[in-house]
Amino acid sequence: MSASRPTVAVLVFPGSNDDRDAAWALSALGADPILVWHGEQELPRRTRAVVLPGGFSYGDYLRAGAIARFAPAVEAVRSFADEGGVVLGICNGFQVLCEAGLLPGALLPNASLSFVCRDVRLVVERSDTPFTSRCCAGDPITIPVKHGEGRFHYPVELLPELEERGQILLRYAPGDNPNGSTADVAAVISERGNVMGLMPHPEHAVDPLLGSGDGALILASVVDAARDRSLAPA
Amino acid sequence: MKATVLVRPKDGILDPQGQAVEDSLRKLGFSVGHARVGRLVELEVDAASEDEARAELDRMCRRLLANPLIESYEIELGRSSS
Repeated sequence: MSASRPTVAVLVFPGSNDDRDAAWALSALGADPILVWHGEQELPRRTRAVVLPGGFSYGDYLRAGAIARFAPAVEAVRSFADEGGVVLGICNGFQVLCEAGLLPGALLPNASLSFVCRDVRLVVERSDTPFTSRCCAGDPITIPVKHGEGRFHYPVELLPELEERGQILLRYAPGDNPNGSTADVAAVISERGNVMGLMPHPEHAVDPLLGSGDGALILASVVDAARDRSLAPA
Repeated sequence: MKATVLVRPKDGILDPQGQAVEDSLRKLGFSVGHARVGRLVELEVDAASEDEARAELDRMCRRLLANPLIESYEIELGRSSS
Protein backbone atom coordinates (compact mmCIF):
# COMPACT_ATOMS: atom_id res chain seq x y z
CA MET A 1 0.00 0.00 0.00
CA SER A 2 2.75 2.43 0.95
CA ALA A 3 4.54 1.54 -2.28
CA SER A 4 1.75 2.99 -4.38
CA ARG A 5 1.14 6.04 -2.15
CA PRO A 6 4.45 6.79 -0.41
CA THR A 7 4.31 8.67 2.87
CA VAL A 8 5.67 12.20 2.67
CA ALA A 9 6.10 14.02 5.98
CA VAL A 10 5.17 17.72 5.91
CA LEU A 11 6.60 19.59 8.89
CA VAL A 12 4.39 22.07 10.73
CA PHE A 13 5.97 24.90 12.73
CA PRO A 14 4.11 27.56 14.67
CA GLY A 15 3.66 30.08 11.85
CA SER A 16 3.71 27.65 8.93
CA ASN A 17 0.93 28.54 6.53
CA ASP A 18 1.50 26.45 3.42
CA ASP A 19 1.63 23.08 5.16
CA ARG A 20 -1.90 22.11 4.18
CA ASP A 21 -1.49 23.37 0.60
CA ALA A 22 1.65 21.25 0.32
CA ALA A 23 -0.16 18.23 1.76
CA TRP A 24 -3.10 18.75 -0.60
CA ALA A 25 -0.82 19.01 -3.64
CA LEU A 26 1.23 15.95 -2.63
CA SER A 27 -1.96 13.97 -2.13
CA ALA A 28 -3.29 15.04 -5.53
CA LEU A 29 0.00 13.84 -7.03
CA GLY A 30 -0.19 10.37 -5.51
CA ALA A 31 1.50 10.65 -2.13
CA ASP A 32 0.18 9.99 1.33
CA PRO A 33 1.11 13.21 3.17
CA ILE A 34 1.33 13.30 6.92
CA LEU A 35 1.64 16.49 8.97
CA VAL A 36 4.43 16.33 11.57
CA TRP A 37 4.47 18.84 14.44
CA HIS A 38 7.79 20.63 15.00
CA GLY A 39 8.12 19.24 18.53
CA GLU A 40 8.27 15.63 17.37
CA GLN A 41 11.62 13.97 18.07
CA GLU A 42 11.24 11.49 15.23
CA LEU A 43 9.63 11.26 11.82
CA PRO A 44 7.01 8.54 11.31
CA ARG A 45 8.81 5.31 10.46
CA ARG A 46 7.13 5.00 7.08
CA THR A 47 8.39 8.44 5.96
CA ARG A 48 9.86 8.27 2.44
CA ALA A 49 10.38 11.99 1.81
CA VAL A 50 10.07 15.23 3.77
CA VAL A 51 8.73 18.66 2.84
CA LEU A 52 9.41 21.80 4.90
CA PRO A 53 6.61 24.17 3.92
CA GLY A 54 6.34 27.92 3.51
CA GLY A 55 5.24 30.34 6.18
CA PHE A 56 6.82 32.31 8.98
CA SER A 57 8.13 29.73 11.43
CA TYR A 58 8.41 31.11 14.98
CA GLY A 59 7.48 34.50 13.53
CA ASP A 60 10.77 34.50 11.59
CA TYR A 61 12.21 36.47 14.51
CA LEU A 62 15.94 37.26 14.39
CA ARG A 63 16.35 35.87 10.84
CA ALA A 64 13.97 33.80 8.75
CA GLY A 65 14.39 30.16 9.74
CA ALA A 66 16.99 30.94 12.44
CA ILE A 67 14.93 29.63 15.36
CA ALA A 68 13.06 26.86 13.53
CA ARG A 69 16.34 25.14 12.72
CA PHE A 70 16.62 24.09 16.37
CA ALA A 71 13.21 22.38 16.42
CA PRO A 72 13.40 18.68 17.39
CA ALA A 73 11.68 17.71 14.12
CA VAL A 74 14.42 19.50 12.15
CA GLU A 75 17.02 17.40 13.94
CA ALA A 76 15.03 14.34 12.85
CA VAL A 77 15.08 15.70 9.29
CA ARG A 78 18.85 16.11 9.54
CA SER A 79 19.22 12.42 10.42
CA PHE A 80 16.84 11.51 7.60
CA ALA A 81 18.92 13.57 5.14
CA ASP A 82 22.17 12.08 6.47
CA GLU A 83 20.79 8.68 5.50
CA GLY A 84 20.13 9.92 1.98
CA GLY A 85 16.44 10.74 2.43
CA VAL A 86 14.86 13.21 0.03
CA VAL A 87 14.10 16.59 1.68
CA LEU A 88 12.44 19.54 -0.04
CA GLY A 89 12.29 23.01 1.52
CA ILE A 90 9.85 25.50 0.04
CA CYS A 91 10.30 29.24 0.77
CA ASN A 92 10.47 29.36 4.59
CA GLY A 93 11.48 25.69 4.44
CA PHE A 94 14.41 26.72 2.20
CA GLN A 95 15.38 29.39 4.75
CA VAL A 96 15.27 26.83 7.56
CA LEU A 97 17.47 24.36 5.61
CA CYS A 98 20.04 27.09 4.91
CA GLU A 99 20.11 28.16 8.56
CA ALA A 100 20.45 24.50 9.56
CA GLY A 101 23.46 24.14 7.28
CA LEU A 102 21.77 21.44 5.21
CA LEU A 103 21.94 23.73 2.18
CA PRO A 104 24.57 26.27 1.15
CA GLY A 105 23.96 30.01 1.29
CA ALA A 106 21.60 32.35 3.10
CA LEU A 107 18.39 34.18 2.24
CA LEU A 108 18.29 37.94 2.82
CA PRO A 109 15.59 40.59 2.56
CA ASN A 110 14.63 41.29 -1.06
CA ALA A 111 16.78 43.95 -2.69
CA SER A 112 13.63 45.99 -3.33
CA LEU A 113 12.62 45.70 0.36
CA SER A 114 9.15 44.88 -0.98
CA PHE A 115 7.23 41.67 -0.47
CA VAL A 116 6.85 40.08 -3.92
CA CYS A 117 3.86 37.95 -4.85
CA ARG A 118 3.68 37.00 -8.50
CA ASP A 119 4.40 34.33 -11.07
CA VAL A 120 8.05 34.02 -12.06
CA ARG A 121 9.61 32.26 -15.00
CA LEU A 122 12.33 29.78 -14.07
CA VAL A 123 14.89 27.76 -15.98
CA VAL A 124 15.61 24.18 -14.93
CA GLU A 125 19.38 23.64 -14.82
CA ARG A 126 19.41 19.87 -14.26
CA SER A 127 16.89 17.08 -14.64
CA ASP A 128 19.01 14.30 -13.10
CA THR A 129 17.87 14.92 -9.51
CA PRO A 130 15.02 13.55 -7.37
CA PHE A 131 13.40 16.99 -7.56
CA THR A 132 13.48 17.60 -11.30
CA SER A 133 13.27 14.13 -12.86
CA ARG A 134 10.00 15.10 -14.55
CA CYS A 135 11.55 18.24 -16.04
CA CYS A 136 13.88 18.70 -18.99
CA ALA A 137 17.10 20.67 -18.44
CA GLY A 138 16.79 24.07 -20.07
CA ASP A 139 13.01 24.04 -19.90
CA PRO A 140 11.26 27.23 -18.83
CA ILE A 141 8.64 26.73 -16.13
CA THR A 142 6.35 29.19 -14.34
CA ILE A 143 5.76 29.02 -10.59
CA PRO A 144 4.65 31.82 -8.21
CA VAL A 145 6.81 33.38 -5.50
CA LYS A 146 5.55 35.17 -2.39
CA HIS A 147 8.25 36.32 -0.03
CA GLY A 148 9.98 39.25 1.60
CA GLU A 149 13.28 37.51 2.29
CA GLY A 150 14.22 35.52 -0.77
CA ARG A 151 17.48 37.06 -1.93
CA PHE A 152 19.82 34.09 -2.16
CA HIS A 153 23.31 35.04 -1.07
CA TYR A 154 26.46 33.07 -1.61
CA PRO A 155 30.02 34.43 -1.52
CA VAL A 156 30.84 35.51 -5.07
CA GLU A 157 34.34 34.01 -4.93
CA LEU A 158 32.90 30.57 -4.12
CA LEU A 159 30.06 30.72 -6.61
CA PRO A 160 31.94 29.02 -9.48
CA GLU A 161 32.51 25.96 -7.26
CA LEU A 162 28.80 25.81 -6.44
CA GLU A 163 28.02 25.93 -10.16
CA GLU A 164 30.66 23.32 -11.02
CA ARG A 165 29.22 20.93 -8.46
CA GLY A 166 25.83 21.34 -10.14
CA GLN A 167 24.23 22.67 -6.97
CA ILE A 168 22.23 25.40 -8.71
CA LEU A 169 19.02 23.68 -9.71
CA LEU A 170 16.69 26.49 -10.76
CA ARG A 171 17.37 30.04 -11.89
CA TYR A 172 15.03 32.91 -12.43
CA ALA A 173 14.72 33.48 -16.18
CA PRO A 174 16.75 36.44 -17.48
CA GLY A 175 15.06 39.66 -16.39
CA ASP A 176 12.67 37.88 -14.01
CA ASN A 177 14.74 37.84 -10.79
CA PRO A 178 12.20 39.06 -8.19
CA ASN A 179 14.53 39.59 -5.22
CA GLY A 180 18.09 40.33 -6.30
CA SER A 181 19.40 36.78 -5.75
CA THR A 182 23.06 36.15 -6.57
CA ALA A 183 23.38 34.76 -10.11
CA ASP A 184 19.57 34.55 -10.41
CA VAL A 185 19.57 31.49 -8.13
CA ALA A 186 16.04 30.31 -7.27
CA ALA A 187 16.86 26.82 -5.97
CA VAL A 188 19.92 24.95 -4.72
CA ILE A 189 20.61 21.32 -3.97
CA SER A 190 22.94 19.74 -1.43
CA GLU A 191 26.28 18.37 -2.54
CA ARG A 192 24.95 14.84 -2.13
CA GLY A 193 21.89 15.78 -4.17
CA ASN A 194 19.13 14.70 -1.78
CA VAL A 195 18.20 18.04 -0.18
CA MET A 196 16.71 20.90 -2.18
CA GLY A 197 15.42 24.35 -1.33
CA LEU A 198 13.53 26.75 -3.56
CA MET A 199 11.86 30.11 -3.03
CA PRO A 200 8.99 29.61 -5.55
CA HIS A 201 5.93 27.66 -4.39
CA PRO A 202 5.34 24.54 -6.50
CA GLU A 203 2.39 23.59 -4.27
CA HIS A 204 0.55 26.67 -5.55
CA ALA A 205 1.01 25.64 -9.17
CA VAL A 206 -0.26 22.10 -9.56
CA ASP A 207 -3.30 22.85 -11.69
CA PRO A 208 -3.60 25.06 -14.79
CA LEU A 209 -6.80 26.36 -13.21
CA LEU A 210 -4.57 28.12 -10.65
CA GLY A 211 -2.47 29.77 -13.35
CA SER A 212 0.16 27.08 -13.88
CA GLY A 213 0.59 23.37 -13.46
CA ASP A 214 4.39 23.54 -13.58
CA GLY A 215 4.83 23.12 -9.83
CA ALA A 216 3.52 19.58 -10.24
CA LEU A 217 6.69 18.73 -12.18
CA ILE A 218 8.75 19.36 -9.04
CA LEU A 219 6.39 17.76 -6.52
CA ALA A 220 5.61 14.73 -8.70
CA SER A 221 9.37 14.19 -9.08
CA VAL A 222 9.61 14.12 -5.27
CA VAL A 223 6.68 11.67 -5.07
CA ASP A 224 8.42 9.46 -7.67
CA ALA A 225 11.61 9.53 -5.59
CA ALA A 226 9.63 8.71 -2.44
CA ARG A 227 7.98 5.79 -4.21
CA ASP A 228 11.37 4.49 -5.41
CA ARG A 229 12.62 4.66 -1.84
CA SER A 230 9.62 2.63 -0.71
CA LEU A 231 10.53 -0.09 -3.19
CA ALA A 232 14.21 -0.05 -2.37
CA PRO A 233 15.39 -2.66 0.14
CA ALA A 234 15.72 -1.17 3.61
CA MET B 1 26.46 40.73 33.87
CA LYS B 2 24.99 43.11 31.33
CA ALA B 3 26.05 42.64 27.75
CA THR B 4 25.32 44.08 24.34
CA VAL B 5 25.74 42.21 21.08
CA LEU B 6 25.94 44.17 17.84
CA VAL B 7 25.21 42.22 14.67
CA ARG B 8 26.03 43.85 11.35
CA PRO B 9 25.66 42.88 7.70
CA LYS B 10 29.14 41.91 6.51
CA ASP B 11 31.06 44.19 4.18
CA GLY B 12 30.09 43.56 0.61
CA ILE B 13 26.59 42.34 1.50
CA LEU B 14 23.95 44.50 -0.14
CA ASP B 15 22.01 46.21 2.64
CA PRO B 16 18.88 47.73 1.09
CA GLN B 17 17.64 48.82 4.51
CA GLY B 18 20.82 50.83 5.06
CA GLN B 19 20.45 52.33 1.60
CA ALA B 20 16.85 53.34 2.29
CA VAL B 21 17.92 55.00 5.55
CA GLU B 22 20.77 56.78 3.80
CA ASP B 23 18.47 58.02 1.02
CA SER B 24 16.00 59.35 3.58
CA LEU B 25 18.72 61.15 5.55
CA ARG B 26 19.99 62.74 2.35
CA LYS B 27 16.51 63.89 1.45
CA LEU B 28 16.37 65.55 4.88
CA GLY B 29 19.53 67.48 3.99
CA PHE B 30 22.07 65.44 5.95
CA SER B 31 25.37 64.74 4.29
CA VAL B 32 25.86 61.04 4.94
CA GLY B 33 27.18 57.94 3.23
CA HIS B 34 27.62 54.19 3.71
CA ALA B 35 24.70 53.73 6.12
CA ARG B 36 24.33 50.14 7.32
CA VAL B 37 21.53 48.83 9.49
CA GLY B 38 22.23 46.00 11.88
CA ARG B 39 20.74 44.57 15.05
CA LEU B 40 21.39 45.18 18.73
CA VAL B 41 20.71 42.53 21.37
CA GLU B 42 20.88 43.48 25.03
CA LEU B 43 20.96 40.72 27.58
CA GLU B 44 22.16 39.63 30.98
CA VAL B 45 24.60 36.76 31.17
CA ASP B 46 25.11 34.55 34.16
CA ALA B 47 28.89 34.34 34.38
CA ALA B 48 31.59 34.46 37.06
CA SER B 49 34.04 36.57 35.09
CA GLU B 50 34.25 38.79 32.04
CA ASP B 51 36.24 36.14 30.20
CA GLU B 52 33.62 33.53 30.91
CA ALA B 53 30.82 35.90 29.83
CA ARG B 54 32.64 36.76 26.64
CA ALA B 55 33.21 33.09 25.79
CA GLU B 56 29.55 32.31 26.46
CA LEU B 57 28.38 35.25 24.32
CA ASP B 58 30.68 34.15 21.54
CA ARG B 59 29.02 30.73 21.55
CA MET B 60 25.58 32.39 21.48
CA CYS B 61 26.58 34.48 18.47
CA ARG B 62 27.93 31.54 16.55
CA ARG B 63 24.96 29.31 17.31
CA LEU B 64 22.05 31.71 16.97
CA LEU B 65 22.51 35.47 17.14
CA ALA B 66 24.51 35.88 13.92
CA ASN B 67 24.78 33.98 10.67
CA PRO B 68 28.51 33.98 9.94
CA LEU B 69 27.93 33.81 6.20
CA ILE B 70 26.24 37.20 6.09
CA GLU B 71 26.82 38.89 9.44
CA SER B 72 29.64 39.93 11.72
CA TYR B 73 29.21 40.52 15.43
CA GLU B 74 30.75 42.47 18.25
CA ILE B 75 30.37 41.84 21.97
CA GLU B 76 30.36 44.61 24.57
CA LEU B 77 30.28 43.92 28.28
CA GLY B 78 28.79 46.04 31.03
CA ARG B 79 27.43 48.69 28.75
CA SER B 80 23.69 48.71 28.84
CA SER B 81 21.51 51.70 28.04
CA SER B 82 19.48 51.35 31.24
